[in-house]
Amino acid sequence: MAQETIAAREVPGQRTVTRDDIAEWTLPELKGLRKLVGPEWYRLLHGLYTNPLSVGGLVIVTFFILMAAFAPVLAPPIRISADPYLIPRDGFGPEPKAPGAVWEKNPPPVPFWYEAITGKDQWVHLMGTASGQFDIWYGVVWGSRTALFAGVIVTFTTVTIGLIVGSISAFYGGWVDDVLQRITEIFMAFPFLLAALMLASILVPKFGRSIWPPTIALVVFGWTRYARVVRGDILSAKERDYILAGRVLGTNDGRLIMRHILPNVIYPILVLASFRLGDAVLSFAALSFLGVGTDIGYADWGQIISFARDWILSLDTHWYIILFPGAALIIFGLGWNLIGDAMRDILDPRMRTERG
Amino acid sequence: MTAYIIRRLLQMPITVFGVTVLVFMMTMTLDPVERSALYMRDVPHTDGAIDAVIRRYGLDDPFHVQYWRWLTGRIDPETGDKVGGILRGDFGFSRTGRVPVKDLLLTRLPVSVELAIWAGTPIIVVGVWLGVIAAKHHNKLIDQAARVFSIVGWSFPTFVFALLVLMIFYAKLQWFPPGRLSDWATRAVMAPDFHRYTYMTTFDGLLNLRFDIFVDALRHLVLPIITLCYVEWAMLLRITRSSMLEALNQDYVTTARAKGLADNTVTNRHALPNALIPVVTIAGFTVVGLIGGVVITETIFDIPGMGQAAARAAQSLDLLTVVSFTLFSAVMLIVANLVIDILYGFLDPRVRLS
Repeated sequence: MAQETIAAREVPGQRTVTRDDIAEWTLPELKGLRKLVGPEWYRLLHGLYTNPLSVGGLVIVTFFILMAAFAPVLAPPIRISADPYLIPRDGFGPEPKAPGAVWEKNPPPVPFWYEAITGKDQWVHLMGTASGQFDIWYGVVWGSRTALFAGVIVTFTTVTIGLIVGSISAFYGGWVDDVLQRITEIFMAFPFLLAALMLASILVPKFGRSIWPPTIALVVFGWTRYARVVRGDILSAKERDYILAGRVLGTNDGRLIMRHILPNVIYPILVLASFRLGDAVLSFAALSFLGVGTDIGYADWGQIISFARDWILSLDTHWYIILFPGAALIIFGLGWNLIGDAMRDILDPRMRTERG
Repeated sequence: MTAYIIRRLLQMPITVFGVTVLVFMMTMTLDPVERSALYMRDVPHTDGAIDAVIRRYGLDDPFHVQYWRWLTGRIDPETGDKVGGILRGDFGFSRTGRVPVKDLLLTRLPVSVELAIWAGTPIIVVGVWLGVIAAKHHNKLIDQAARVFSIVGWSFPTFVFALLVLMIFYAKLQWFPPGRLSDWATRAVMAPDFHRYTYMTTFDGLLNLRFDIFVDALRHLVLPIITLCYVEWAMLLRITRSSMLEALNQDYVTTARAKGLADNTVTNRHALPNALIPVVTIAGFTVVGLIGGVVITETIFDIPGMGQAAARAAQSLDLLTVVSFTLFSAVMLIVANLVIDILYGFLDPRVRLS
């Protein structure tokens, strides 16, 4: 890409002008990271790590990714063969146990860091247990995998569908656009959470109580916003002269879309995706909370929080049921929203020129 | 303008048709055996029982046949009566509500409408006001505070917030109870001398001049209103703020400033009306959306509205109920959207003329 000839015109007596040459003339200080990723991405990355709010967001997101990656170390599965996403239980008693209570029945293996930090060789319930003696620490740690998995799948799939539908709609216009717009409208006509709730409950008989019904439901009703944004951005990008130039040169449609139009709409999509990743996880947790998601005892934040509903009147003694998974969910969402918010400010040209 | 209205009116039936097809397609992803469970009350003991249900209700007919039957109803082979058909208002029997879905819908609708009315007012007034303030003081302390508030509001899941609110104001302080009415008020409302004009308890209390019931009914709505406000303010604030900022950057505002108008006159008389045009659409849509869409808030605060019924039905896989409620809400939103769009056309000449 770097050496690609961008102008067929020769400078008299010189070699062909390349993209690198132009970058060198226009941005003489281009080096290091900026040279590696290009000026547009550089501005984005630079903005992200210089803005304190987005640094906070990055730290939060990294924290959860590490937690998910090291889940088997932080909360080792009870047996090698056991499904680690099923929260281990300390008996079956209904009354929740407070953080620090000793794990009496059937404790999982003690990880190496645990003895070093606490000095004990016996598991305690680090974050207490919920009713039914589900260990909250296990739920929160393994729940970070569930959250990231669901969030990434929902966001990636909805962005992809949105990109395809939006770009076809905007690029071809006419009746294709009309039909796709009507279809998008049909999906948007539903109240989002209620529609997702409906589809998830329809899918439960097919997939059982697992992460799939809410995930699929969030995808089916979630792509419309991306399609709208992509369509709008492409419609404005399409009017630019370089697209006309491309057409005159006989570039085919696919290449025009992939190489010349999509790069221009990818940034707004990034912003939206960042916001929506946090959002998707919140919606996923909400569906789980409402009982159309994962089965009881699955490591999933919304699932654990739903235990708190049984203890509303005594939440001042059983605060840990809602505090730990609730905090995980809020901080996770906050991380993505902070990144999204900062990216929007960096990429919005109106914000760029404003002073103050 | 007439052409615009006609175009929108013609689009509406298409969308409604599409919504019904989509919903039906989703239920059809289940195979006939799975769908036969919707028509059975007891656990079948033989495969023959399942086959009989599939044959009786034509569950393996082609898609369009079943869709048409779903819309218009079918002749029951045993009694010869016409039964079912959502166009005839017969959505079937709600397993979780223990009444026909239509009756369930009719008893739940006023409760949700009432909540939407009471919550909608503070949501719009305060949400818009916060957005205008933030835009006026762009990048000042107030703006930054509003920004933090809305980011946190976005990240705060409704159900966690609602549980915390319930924990503080109900469990700890005992100020506001959940549910719809206190026991004595429920008895008073059910009494024969209490006329239920609207089935919305606050308004019925006023109309019967029973202010104690009005106060009790309102007291039970305070926590859900707080929750809904917090959730919706974050969004409305952002939209008003960016719309207002855009209006403040227009040339006519500069002109107004240049001719020496007071700052307040410029913002309130010149920028605000134009900034509010797009806000009207979003705000209207939000409030209508509250009627069918407050699943979580109604569930947690035990408000017997549509959302709670839908959530309960979804949880126990009562598909008939949850599908009908979703369909109803979607159609309601489509109609509301049409009305709002037409009003928008009156407000904004650019829409009217294009």
